[in-house]
Amino acid sequence: MEGLERIVAEHPFFAGLGEAFTTLVSGCAKNVRFEAGQYLFHEGDPANEFYMVRHGNVALQLNAPGRGTVTFLTVGPGEPVGVSWLIPPYKWTFDAQARELVRAIAIDATCLRNKCEADHDLGYEVMKRFMTILVTRLQATQLQILDVYGTPA
Amino acid sequence: MSTALQLDPIAAPAAADPLIPHVARVLRRRRDGPDVWTLEIEPDPAMAPFAPGQFNMLTAFGVGEAAISVSGDPAERGRLVHTIRAVGAVSSALTRLDRGDVLGLRGPFGVGWPMDEAVGRDVVVVAGGVGLAPLRPALYRLYAERARYGKIALLYGTRSPADILFRAEVEAWRRRLDIDIEVTVDHADASWHGRVGVVTNLIARAEFDPHHVAALVCGPEIMMRFGVMALRKAGVADEDVYVSMERSMKCAVAFCGHCQLGPVFVCRDGPVFRYDRIRDIFAVKEL
Repeated sequence: MEGLERIVAEHPFFAGLGEAFTTLVSGCAKNVRFEAGQYLFHEGDPANEFYMVRHGNVALQLNAPGRGTVTFLTVGPGEPVGVSWLIPPYKWTFDAQARELVRAIAIDATCLRNKCEADHDLGYEVMKRFMTILVTRLQATQLQILDVYGTPA
Repeated sequence: MSTALQLDPIAAPAAADPLIPHVARVLRRRRDGPDVWTLEIEPDPAMAPFAPGQFNMLTAFGVGEAAISVSGDPAERGRLVHTIRAVGAVSSALTRLDRGDVLGLRGPFGVGWPMDEAVGRDVVVVAGGVGLAPLRPALYRLYAERARYGKIALLYGTRSPADILFRAEVEAWRRRLDIDIEVTVDHADASWHGRVGVVTNLIARAEFDPHHVAALVCGPEIMMRFGVMALRKAGVADEDVYVSMERSMKCAVAFCGHCQLGPVFVCRDGPVFRYDRIRDIFAVKEL
């Protein structure tokens, strides 16, 4: 395996993807780094690429009137940043800011979408992995909404 | 005047009857959160030492009695520490007690954390909100006897940075490198540089051997349910998971049935239970 392919294969999100699919994904990937405080993307930006964090933490933020910037999730090593690249209109719905030095794999969203469209087996594998992330985050969001640490009724 | 009335209540002998409280004096009161207070209490010297995870019954005279877990160091004598969240009439009255005030005290009661069973294993401590308080004695013990355990992780989640319990102590623990401590909050403003998200997210990231671990979980019941799910997903068996249940405890000695949870009494058989032993009744809505 080439260097980037090996990095993609070693990322927990792509664990067990298989060599052929890893090669396809790697064709859309590149290594990136963000300094602490730097934004990966902003709300409303086109979701042209998404990220697989390898090192550091990324804060997902929304700006709430009267409350300023609110962080609702931090994403760490082994996890993806961004799912809006999967569905139209392919625009980010929050800001993503590096909390510290972040190293990540950036994946060209159009490139991967096209490959998933052309090869539905790859598409299914990618969707299964993102579905796991989405369901996990949905459950976490339910707990946050329930405010379980709030004053008991 | 009778002899009994001349006695200083603090010097009165401990009651042998577990239902009769003795009178104890507050040594110190400290605020540990927006509605959370920690009381340091001078217990009767005859009072039995507590095990991590056990609780006492505290009486706010003229108001009522409540079960409160001990949150202090089990190695310490002469000072009992209780951390109380003001949520009802009794707990609110207890949190208003200050230095020199007296309260009723009886205990300790119940089954605590499995400190001996955990020896030689990794230990993952999952705490949510004020649930860190009943786990703090276990953490003191783990620190005191660090060499007896494998990897240790404290995963602590709470509502916001302002709600972090024992904040100075948690920060001091983090500076030590022999226990992995991760703190997350449900939401935060830009001044918070730590993790944001639910505490169960931390379980997948923690380093421990899922086949050789004791998981100690305490927090709101719904958080514990999701915590157990995350531990299972990480490969931890139900018999290696321990949860601390909270029910309305009145007598504390399994007489009254107020805390009955199916076939068990939380006051006597708990509050700490091995999860596989209460798994079937854990999520029964009527209980």
